[in-house]
Amino acid sequence: MRSKLPRWLLLASIFLLCSCDVVLLNTKGAIATQQRDLMLTTLGLMLIVVIPVIAFTLIFAFKYRASQKAKYTPDWDHNTLLEVTWWSIPIVIIVILAVITWKSSHELDPYRPLESSVKPIEIQVVALEWKWLFIYPEQGVAVVNHLEFPAHVPINFKITGQAPMNSFWIPQLAGQIYAMEGMQTLLSLIADEPGNYDGMSANFSGEGFNGMKFVARVGSATDFARWIDSVKTTKDTLTRPRYDLLVKPSENDSIHTFGAIDSTLFMSIMMSYMMPANANDGMPANCPMRHHATTQDSSSQH
Amino acid sequence: MFGKFSLNAIPHEPIAAGGAASMVLGALAVVAALTFFKKWTWLWKEWITTVDHKKIGIMYVIVALIMLLRGFADASMMRLQAAISVGSNHGFLNADHYNQIFTAHGVIMIFFMAMPLMFGLFNLVVPLQIGARDVAFPFLNSLSFWLFVMGAMLVNLSLVVGEFAATGWLAYPPLSEVNYSPGVGVDYYIWALQISGIGSLISGINFFVTIIKMRAPGMSLMKMPVFIWTSLCTNILVMMVFPVLTATLAMLLVDRFFGFHFFTSDLGGNTMMYINLIWVWGHPEVYILVLPAFGIFSEIAAAFAQKKLFGYTSMVWATAAITLLSMLVWAHHFFTMGAGGNVNAVFGIATMIISIPTGVKVFNWLFTLFRGRLIFRTPLLWLIGFLITFTIGGMTGVMLSVPPSDFQFHNSMFLIAHFHNTIIGGVVFGYFAGIIYWFPKIMGFKLSEFLGKVAFGHWIVGFFVAFTPLYIVGLMGMTRRISHYESSTGWQPFLIVSFLGALIIGGGVAFQLLQIAFSFWKRKALRDKTGDPWNGRTLEWSIPSPPPFYNFAHIPTVIARDDFWEQKHNPEHPAHTKKPYEDIHMPRSSGLGFMIAVAAFALGFAMVWHIIWLAVLSFVAALVLIFVRSIDEHTEMTIPASEVERIEIELRKDAV
Repeated sequence: MRSKLPRWLLLASIFLLCSCDVVLLNTKGAIATQQRDLMLTTLGLMLIVVIPVIAFTLIFAFKYRASQKAKYTPDWDHNTLLEVTWWSIPIVIIVILAVITWKSSHELDPYRPLESSVKPIEIQVVALEWKWLFIYPEQGVAVVNHLEFPAHVPINFKITGQAPMNSFWIPQLAGQIYAMEGMQTLLSLIADEPGNYDGMSANFSGEGFNGMKFVARVGSATDFARWIDSVKTTKDTLTRPRYDLLVKPSENDSIHTFGAIDSTLFMSIMMSYMMPANANDGMPANCPMRHHATTQDSSSQH
Repeated sequence: MFGKFSLNAIPHEPIAAGGAASMVLGALAVVAALTFFKKWTWLWKEWITTVDHKKIGIMYVIVALIMLLRGFADASMMRLQAAISVGSNHGFLNADHYNQIFTAHGVIMIFFMAMPLMFGLFNLVVPLQIGARDVAFPFLNSLSFWLFVMGAMLVNLSLVVGEFAATGWLAYPPLSEVNYSPGVGVDYYIWALQISGIGSLISGINFFVTIIKMRAPGMSLMKMPVFIWTSLCTNILVMMVFPVLTATLAMLLVDRFFGFHFFTSDLGGNTMMYINLIWVWGHPEVYILVLPAFGIFSEIAAAFAQKKLFGYTSMVWATAAITLLSMLVWAHHFFTMGAGGNVNAVFGIATMIISIPTGVKVFNWLFTLFRGRLIFRTPLLWLIGFLITFTIGGMTGVMLSVPPSDFQFHNSMFLIAHFHNTIIGGVVFGYFAGIIYWFPKIMGFKLSEFLGKVAFGHWIVGFFVAFTPLYIVGLMGMTRRISHYESSTGWQPFLIVSFLGALIIGGGVAFQLLQIAFSFWKRKALRDKTGDPWNGRTLEWSIPSPPPFYNFAHIPTVIARDDFWEQKHNPEHPAHTKKPYEDIHMPRSSGLGFMIAVAAFALGFAMVWHIIWLAVLSFVAALVLIFVRSIDEHTEMTIPASEVERIEIELRKDAV
C-alpha cells in the first residue's frame, strides 16, 4: 500500500502544518501509516477532477459574464462526446479507487492479525462510564486509563464495554473500532517506535465523555517487562466484586493499577448481557432469554 | 395527575433559564402584538385555516428561518465553548448542557430547518411549475405543515419545561435507552420527530401524487423542469425511508415506555440494529435534502446564463441514479462496527459510485455556464459558491468512503467539516438561492440585490473560515462532541479561527434578515410588474406575481421543455390563442388540519411526561377530528368565470 504518488502532497501538508501535531499524518504505527497513505492517494485521485472543476468554474464565470460579449450559444444543450467524456472520467477514477478500496478493506481489516515473527500480546479493553479498563490476561494485571506495551510487537486488542457505545482509538497507531456492550470487537496494531501516544474514545458516550482519555506508553520489551513487574506489586486485585465497584459512573479518573486479576472477568462482562443475573453461576452462555431477570447493567443507573 | 411533571422541570441554571425566558418572552410578544393589532381573526382566516399551497409554503419558510436562527445560536455557543474551554478553563457550558445543545443543533437543522425549507420550496414552486392550481391533497398539505410546526414547538418547549436529549442527533442506544437517559429529553426527541415525521411522510405522498397526476397537458416526464425531476425523486425517497424512521423511533419508544428490549444491550436486544435502521433512513435523508438543491441550481444556471440547461437527459439519469444508490450505502456510517472486509468494501465502493452521477451534474452545470451570457444576480453567485464549495465537500466525502481511511476519520472533526461542507455548501446555499430566485414570484417584489450580495459574501467567506480549521483539527485527532480539551493538543488557535468564521456567517444571517426587512420597506420600488423578472423559462413565470389563489386562469398546454421560453419565442404556441374564462373549482379552507395537529402536540406532551389521561384524551380527540373531516362533503368551492375574469384584468392591469 506504500504509494509514491502522494509524497509531495504529504510534504506539502506537513510543511503547512509543521507547527502543530497533525497526528493522522504524523503516524507511528504500520497500520496508521498505511491508512494515511490511503487517504493521500484518494486525495490525489480526487484532485484530478476537483482542481479542473474549480478552475473552470472561475474561468467560465469570468469569461462569460454578460458585459464581456463572449461567444453565446443559447440553444446549445447537448454534445454526446462531451457528455460521454464526463461520464467516463469519474468512472475511471472510481474504478481505480474501487480496486484500492477492495484490497485495502481486507488488508487493513482491524480483525486481521498482523504478520510478525514476534509473539503478539493480547490486551482486553473494557469501556466503562467513563474510563477505560485494560486487562493483560497473560501478565495477570489490569490498569485504568493507561496503556503500556512494547514497540515492534503486534498487539491484539479484544474490546467490549459496559457503558453507552464508545470507540477505541489511538490515532497515531491505528484507526478506531467500536466498544459495545455484550459484544466483542478486535483491533490489531503495531507501534514502530517508542513514544507516548494519546488514546481516546471517539464515540460520544454521555456526560463524562470528555475524560475518556488515556496515554499509550510504548517502550522497549525490557521497559514493558519492568512495568509489568511494578504493576504486579500493587495490592489491589480485580475480582468481580471489585469490578462491580469500578463500574459505577465516574469522570476523569486517574490511573489505577491492579496487581492481580480474575482471569474470567472479561468473558463474564460480555456474557452478563447474554443471560440473567449471576453470570458466574455456571448457566450455559447460549441461553439468552431464560428469565426476565434484571441484568448487570442496572448497576449503571444514574 | 401531572405524571412526571413538577416545577423542578423549569430550568434554574442562568444560561438555560435565559434560553427558556427568551422563548417565553418571544411567544408573549407575538400574542401581545396579535391582540394589539387585532389580527387574530386575520391570522385564523388567512393563514391557520388556509389550504393554499403558496400560503402554506410561505409559512414553512418563515418557521424554518426562525428555527435556523435557533440552530445557529446553538452552533455559535458550541464554537465559542470549543474556542475557550481549554486546560483550567471549562468554558461557559457544563457537559450536560453542551450535550443537549449539540443534539438540538443537529435535530433542528435537519428536521426543523432543512426539511421545512425544502417542503416550503416544493409548496411555493411545484404546482406553479407544472401548471397546476394546487397540490393533489390540499387539506393534507395543511395537516402536514401543522404537524411539522407542532414537532418544532415540542423541541422549543423542551427548553422551557424539562430538558432535551443529550445523546447526539440520532440518539444511538444504549445511551438513549432508559437506563442511561432516564430523563424526559429523549422522549421529547422521539415525540417531536414522530409528529413532524408523519407530516413529512404525508407531504412526500402529496407531492409525489401532485407531480405524477397534476402536470399540465403536454408536460410529459421528459418535458418536466429539472427541479420537478429532483422533487419527484426526493419525494420517492421520502415515501420509502420515512416509514423506517417512524418504525425505528416507535421501537425505541416502546423500549423506553414499556420496558421492551428491541435495542437494549441485554435480553436479546441489539443496539446495532437501531444504528442500521436509523441510517437506512438517515443516509437517504441527506439526498432527500440535496436533490432539490440540485434542481434549484439547474433552474438558476439556465436562467442566469440565458441558455438552455446543458445535458438535460444526463441530469435526469444522474438524478435517478443518485436516488437509487442513496438507499444502498447506509453502512458507511459505521464501518467501525467491525463488520469485516467484504461488507465494508461493498458499502465503501457503493458510496464512491455516487460521486459519478454527482460529478456529471457538476460538469453539466459548468457547461450550461460555458458560452452563456451570465447575469450576475445573487442566485448566480450562490451557484458559483456552491460549485466550488460542494466539489470540495464531495472530495472529502470520497476520502471518507474508503473504509480503512474512515477508521481514522470516523467521528473526528474532519467528518464534521465534511458534512457541513456538503450540507451548507449544497443544501443551504441551494435553498437560499431558490428563495431569492422565486421570492418575487410569491411576494410580488424582488429582494435587494446589494444586501443579498453582501450576505452571500459573508456566508462564503465565513464558511471557509469556520470549517477549514475543523478539517485541520480533525487531522490533529480531535473528536466530535467534546466540550473540553487540553492546550497541549494545539487545537485552540484553529478553534478560535473557527469561532470567528461562525461570527462572519452570523453577519451573513444578519444581512439576510436586513435584506428581507429592507426589501419589504422598499417593496414599491422593487415591485415585479411583469411576473417574469428574470426572463424565466418555465411556467411559473407566465402568470402574475404574486399569482392569484387559483394560479392559472387557463390550464396551460405544454409543447416544449422550457415551455414559457418557447411561448416567448414561438408565435404558434397554443398559449397565444385566446380562450374564454371558465368556472374554477378550488378547495375550501379548513381549521381541522390545525386542530388535529394541536391534538397531536397534546398527545406528544402528555406522553413525554407520562400524563396518561391527557394522552388518551388527545388521541381520541385526534381520531374524532379526522372522522369529522372524512364525512365533510363541502370541501370545495366554485369561482365563477366572471369573477376569474375580473381578477385577471385587475392583476394584469399594470403589467408592462
